[in-house]
Amino acid sequence: MGEAIVVTSGKGGVGKTTTSANIGTVLALQGKKVCLVDTDIGLRNLDVVMGLENRIIYDLVDVANGRCKLSQALVKDKRFDSLSMLPAAQTTDKLAVKPEEMKKMVDELKADFDYVIIDCPAGIERGFRNAVAGADHAIVVTTPEISSVRDADRIIGLLEQEKQITPPRLIINRIRQHMMKSGGMLEIDEIMNILAIDLLGIVLDDDVVIASSNKGEPVALNPNSKASQAYRNIGRRILGETVPLMTIEEKGGFLQKFRSLLGMR
Amino acid sequence: MSASQPLVTMKGRKDGLVLVMDEMCAYDALIDELKEKLSVNRHFYKEGPMISVKVQTGNRYISESQRSELVAVIRSYDHLQVESIESNVMTSEEFENKRIRERLTPITRIVRSGQVLSVEGNLLLIGDVNPGGTVSATGNVYILGALRGIACAGSSENESRSVIVASIMKPTQLRIGGRISRTEEEPMDELKNDHILECAYADPSLDKIVIDRLQTVLKRIDLPVLFAQP
Ligand SMILES: Nc1ncnc2c1ncn2[C@@H]1O[C@H](COP(=O)(O)OP(=O)(O)O)[C@@H](O)[C@H]1O
Ligand SMILES: [Mg+2]
Repeated sequence: MGEAIVVTSGKGGVGKTTTSANIGTVLALQGKKVCLVDTDIGLRNLDVVMGLENRIIYDLVDVANGRCKLSQALVKDKRFDSLSMLPAAQTTDKLAVKPEEMKKMVDELKADFDYVIIDCPAGIERGFRNAVAGADHAIVVTTPEISSVRDADRIIGLLEQEKQITPPRLIINRIRQHMMKSGGMLEIDEIMNILAIDLLGIVLDDDVVIASSNKGEPVALNPNSKASQAYRNIGRRILGETVPLMTIEEKGGFLQKFRSLLGMR
Repeated sequence: MSASQPLVTMKGRKDGLVLVMDEMCAYDALIDELKEKLSVNRHFYKEGPMISVKVQTGNRYISESQRSELVAVIRSYDHLQVESIESNVMTSEEFENKRIRERLTPITRIVRSGQVLSVEGNLLLIGDVNPGGTVSATGNVYILGALRGIACAGSSENESRSVIVASIMKPTQLRIGGRISRTEEEPMDELKNDHILECAYADPSLDKIVIDRLQTVLKRIDLPVLFAQP
């Protein structure tokens, strides 16, 4: 029996889809059987980031409505046999699937996969309800901006009410060190002070991330990028390893004191 | 009724008058004698500064309307004002209200954005109130943590004597009784950890909510003694 992890944030555009794609990829690289689930019905793009758009035949709504079997809707990754994706529908809206139906699908996937990574849409409405319905764990993504942290806080509050989900863990994405130093961005410790949950990792803002997404190749596959290293570390922490912070993460020195928060559990 | 046992006994004190009332006789007889005694002695308080009066009714229960009547009778003499009417007896409803008013509810959690935590009586929050979160109490709010959201004290009964205390006082808004105040901090300043152990209270002379160091405020006002729920 595998475990399901929802990747969520409240705010849009902070990197949920990028994070889902890369976590899925690094777990597959580590030899795990992984299924990515795109719950952003109507605005799907996990398939594009994974470069799998042209392989989609059925989607999640088709499964919910009984038009096909779950296994028929799964799209196999072109690089890893152990990586699959359940795409969202593009033509309907979020109300086309109910949380119970979502949970049923995720439970079914957990029987076949080690990890089910659920990419959540923005917002706190039905799409969020659908995405968390079958989750055992949650990862909250934020950027170092007030509005993003505020929404992450709101989402953490909602996640804490979901009794079946373990305490959420945090990824701070798109960190720009020069802005932090100049005081134009929230510091990591300020974010941690407010959100007060375990830190799973930090990812620098890196143009390679955007370029990779455009090519349909998650950045984690590119061993030379700093962001890739960050995602690999996050993957290992999800697997339960205690991974110290790497050099670029240490550059500013600000992470030293969070060492104890990382990779616990 | 024998005249030797007075129903109302007047005692002069340095800080005013004390009226001790018989607790067994009929209430009407008490009012009659009160009026009579006050009239007889009226030359003492015809002029000069205000004299404050404490009424002690012992084991007699005094209803709201009787309370107002007593106040009206005493006030009708120009230089008398009622400071308090004390009775040893209260209704179970009054007792319940008092119990709630003095109750302290300890809660350990983080009040996150979009969440509202409200209690009757006094709140002891062990944890933070994040921006976008709200705590409210009909009495006082004590926060062992950072207040970065909204806090309301004296929320239901317009109790403007209530206070808000926080280990780190960085609120976006404070409400005490009917008063509201905003802070003019930049959103990013809210996240700093200065303003340690401060207390907000309503200052009627300024018609404003004032924030000061708790130690300073304690010199000016008495915080009530509170009882945690068993
Ligand atoms: N670490 C990063 N560095 C640079 N660009 C990033 C990073 N993470 C995400 N992005 C870019 O930000 C945009 C939004 O990311 P996305 O994952 O689609 O967000 P969400 O799913 O939360 O809406 C995309 O263009 C993505 O390539
Ligand atoms: Mg997305």
